[in-house]
Amino acid sequence: MKEVIIGLEVHVQLNKLRSKLFCSCSTQYHDSEPDTHTCPVCLGLPGALPVTNGKAVDNAIKVALALNCNIEEWTMFYRKNYYYPDLVKGFQISQYDYPIATNGSISLDMEGGERIIRIKRVHMEEDPGKLVHVGTIDKSRYSLIDYNRSGMALLEVVTEPDLRTPKEARLFLNKLKNILEYLDVFDSSLEGSLRVDANISLAGGARAEIKNISSYKGVEKALLFEIVRQNNLVRRGVKVVQETRHFDEVRGITISLRTKEGEEDYRYFPEPDLVPITIADRVDDIKKTLPELPDAKRQRFVLQYGISDNHAKVLISELGLANFFETVATEVDANLSATWVADILKGELNYRDLDISAFSPNHMVQILQVLKKDTITENGAVQVIRTILDEGGTPSEIVKIKSKDLLKMDVDASENITLRVIEENPGAFQDFCKGKNEAMHFLMGQVMKETHGTVNRSTVIELLNKSKKEKLQNAPDNHREA
Amino acid sequence: MNVDGIREMLQNGKSVEELVHSIFDKIEHSKLNAFVTLAKESALEEARRVDKHGAKGMLGGIPIGIKDSISTKGIQTTCCSKILEGYVPPYDAHVIERLKAEGAIIIGKTNMDEFAMGTSTETSRFGPARNPWDLSRVPGGSSGGSAAAVAGGEVPLALGSDTGGSVRCPASFCGVVGLKPTYGLVSRYGLIAYANSLEQIGPFAGNVKDVALLLDVISGYDSRDSTSMTKKCEYLKELKDDVSDVKIGVPKEFFGEGIDEKVEKAVWGGIKALEDMGASYTEISLPHTKYSLAVYYIIAMSEASSNLARFDGLRYGLRLGKDKDWHTTFSEIKAQGFGEEVKRRILLGTYALSAGYYGKYYLKALKVRTLIKRDFEFALKDTNVLITPTMPFPAFKIGEKIGEPLALYLADVNTVPINLAGVPSVSVPCGFAGKLPIGMQIIGRHFDEATILRTAYVFERNGGG
Repeated sequence: MKEVIIGLEVHVQLNKLRSKLFCSCSTQYHDSEPDTHTCPVCLGLPGALPVTNGKAVDNAIKVALALNCNIEEWTMFYRKNYYYPDLVKGFQISQYDYPIATNGSISLDMEGGERIIRIKRVHMEEDPGKLVHVGTIDKSRYSLIDYNRSGMALLEVVTEPDLRTPKEARLFLNKLKNILEYLDVFDSSLEGSLRVDANISLAGGARAEIKNISSYKGVEKALLFEIVRQNNLVRRGVKVVQETRHFDEVRGITISLRTKEGEEDYRYFPEPDLVPITIADRVDDIKKTLPELPDAKRQRFVLQYGISDNHAKVLISELGLANFFETVATEVDANLSATWVADILKGELNYRDLDISAFSPNHMVQILQVLKKDTITENGAVQVIRTILDEGGTPSEIVKIKSKDLLKMDVDASENITLRVIEENPGAFQDFCKGKNEAMHFLMGQVMKETHGTVNRSTVIELLNKSKKEKLQNAPDNHREA
Repeated sequence: MNVDGIREMLQNGKSVEELVHSIFDKIEHSKLNAFVTLAKESALEEARRVDKHGAKGMLGGIPIGIKDSISTKGIQTTCCSKILEGYVPPYDAHVIERLKAEGAIIIGKTNMDEFAMGTSTETSRFGPARNPWDLSRVPGGSSGGSAAAVAGGEVPLALGSDTGGSVRCPASFCGVVGLKPTYGLVSRYGLIAYANSLEQIGPFAGNVKDVALLLDVISGYDSRDSTSMTKKCEYLKELKDDVSDVKIGVPKEFFGEGIDEKVEKAVWGGIKALEDMGASYTEISLPHTKYSLAVYYIIAMSEASSNLARFDGLRYGLRLGKDKDWHTTFSEIKAQGFGEEVKRRILLGTYALSAGYYGKYYLKALKVRTLIKRDFEFALKDTNVLITPTMPFPAFKIGEKIGEPLALYLADVNTVPINLAGVPSVSVPCGFAGKLPIGMQIIGRHFDEATILRTAYVFERNGGG
């Protein structure tokens, strides 16, 4: 199989800004009626003029710094001329020569070690409006246009063709998203916040550009499809042609939009309504405001808290999670905190499609403190977390109400119940003695059922093993017979 | 009709409402075709308000005509193009806000070449405006309606816009005063763009004083125009009867081939008259002037090709019966909505910006523009004004040149270098060729409108023109 070469052009909305890129319209349009967040400027009415949102430039500089880019002395806007109904002026104000930043990088943590993905350039541009169709685009009898999005600040991050697999592409996007959220310039949960154009070719072949993929998973799927498609062409001896393709999310396939001959000539020229912006003088101040970024945080977590790198990696994957962990870890044992936050709480949240803001770090501290005092079992602690997430309440209330189920049973009581289960299930116990895992799971299940999960698994395993040892010593022949 | 005269009338008991009625009466019976849309209702309402509460502001109760390229809230604004038929802006241009704040009464929208692309006001979809001095002749362009309205006594003041001479040319042809301010002195917010990097909104009036007054009202920083600048002075206050410090440069390139003999003679007469009033002059050279027309048309058409892309009838403007698929629908709207000259400039501009030609045309034009600008900066080091003929010839006949676009482009030879350099320039009446007025162009340093207006003022007061 030929080497796969992938480059991405990622458009992220700087949606944490209060106003759009060239006017003062609010960016909080996501729950609003169409065309309610518009003005002469973002509607492109005759005579209206753009004025650059300085905060947008600052946020772009932040991103450029976080991506280790070269930041130029000054930057300027160009007009990218093309015609489409969602584009109010018949051109998009974008950047061309003199983009805000060039030559950066993002490091990816892959199984085979660190991979550096080079960033070619970062530039600012305005978002067009949004076409809305009744049903699907092919079946709808007309297009509706919502201009609320028109003029939103976009940042385009362009990579060098350094990615080699669709998975790498996905990890790259996750890392980028992670960095942007750390910088507090981007909210990935908002609809339309990220769109990707992916360029992909097999070594020696022409490249396809897949336009406007709107989800992280979509990028991986589209690329996987393209690899199969291009490989099939090569195998059949058909030449891969340079073209622009569309990704159909529903069917999971890419469709040809136009070949190279049909490529548009954007007739870039400097936007005469805007003046060049000097940025060099702002960079130092912005640098001082940069927060700790994910990679640095991960290293610090390992060093400062002595937790495993794997835990650190999970914890830093969301800023909220990392902050949550730190709050908890200052109150209770860091390793215990890491396990419970990264493994258990994160899992419970994912299962419910919730984010970390759904759980209070104080509650976590209380739960871990009770757990550490050995008054509830691990299972009991999980029950408390689940109850808080599903029904609400505080750990102390829940422990009080459900004390029967949560409080830890003493070892004697555990032993009695375990021995009773062994007695009642001789066949299973025999299988367990022969080393059958399923039998162990069955016996464990029975004990848990009897005790409502209030015993420690390790205690039960200890007891089972002890009984097994005794049985084998008492009846050595049994073993041989089997 | 001038501002002082109107103030006197009002002081002597005439009501603003009567004044405005008489203006509409005059316009409605006029042969000039200077106005294309009248704002009768709002103007009379405002007039009655002023009558009731008294005239307030620098232009309280003073009527004014506005070029149809400047956005006026609630008043149809079409750039005299079919494609903007029915477009009523939901907002006021910065200059309109300023006029309203100072109590001016907006009479209506004035005729112009479609999208300001022309030198004669013949490409208007409302038909040509006419020159008050000779109805068979053009008033100049593109702001021909504004100049004709002032010259014809319909309004004392008017606003135009000047991309390559569009205020000064009609001022010259109609025998009124017209100023193209320094690029950045007047906010372009609300001016429908033809060529953004070149144009400015400019005042027309029957005399220099009124031009200075109107400039006082419309100039100054506006945060909505990134190219706008803070003004340095009040222009009316700077007018005084003294040109002893004025050093005139006379650039020989502006008196070259194609300049009518009578025009040349009249302008030299003006220069000599100023010398008699205490100014001095030297002959100078602006060596890159010969490239001005080529540079101007490449830049203007390139910018225009991009600016005019938004006009597709989708959100506002012309709509044609039943819609077909979007490509067809919008192609048809553009085909029917734009006139010939506009299409010609869009096509040429699109070509100039195309891949492979951008460097050869647009980028090169920008470089030469820098050289032209330097010529002016250099020449204006030792002088403080430059004087040239505004137009090479007086007003021509309607229909005489419209069939030859290139001949018309050549008429801009003395006005376009000023827009390329971004410096201010005023055209002031300077004698006649037969019964047709001649305009003298006084060019100044960046943001030194005060000196060129003062020079024009002294010239006017002392019997020039």
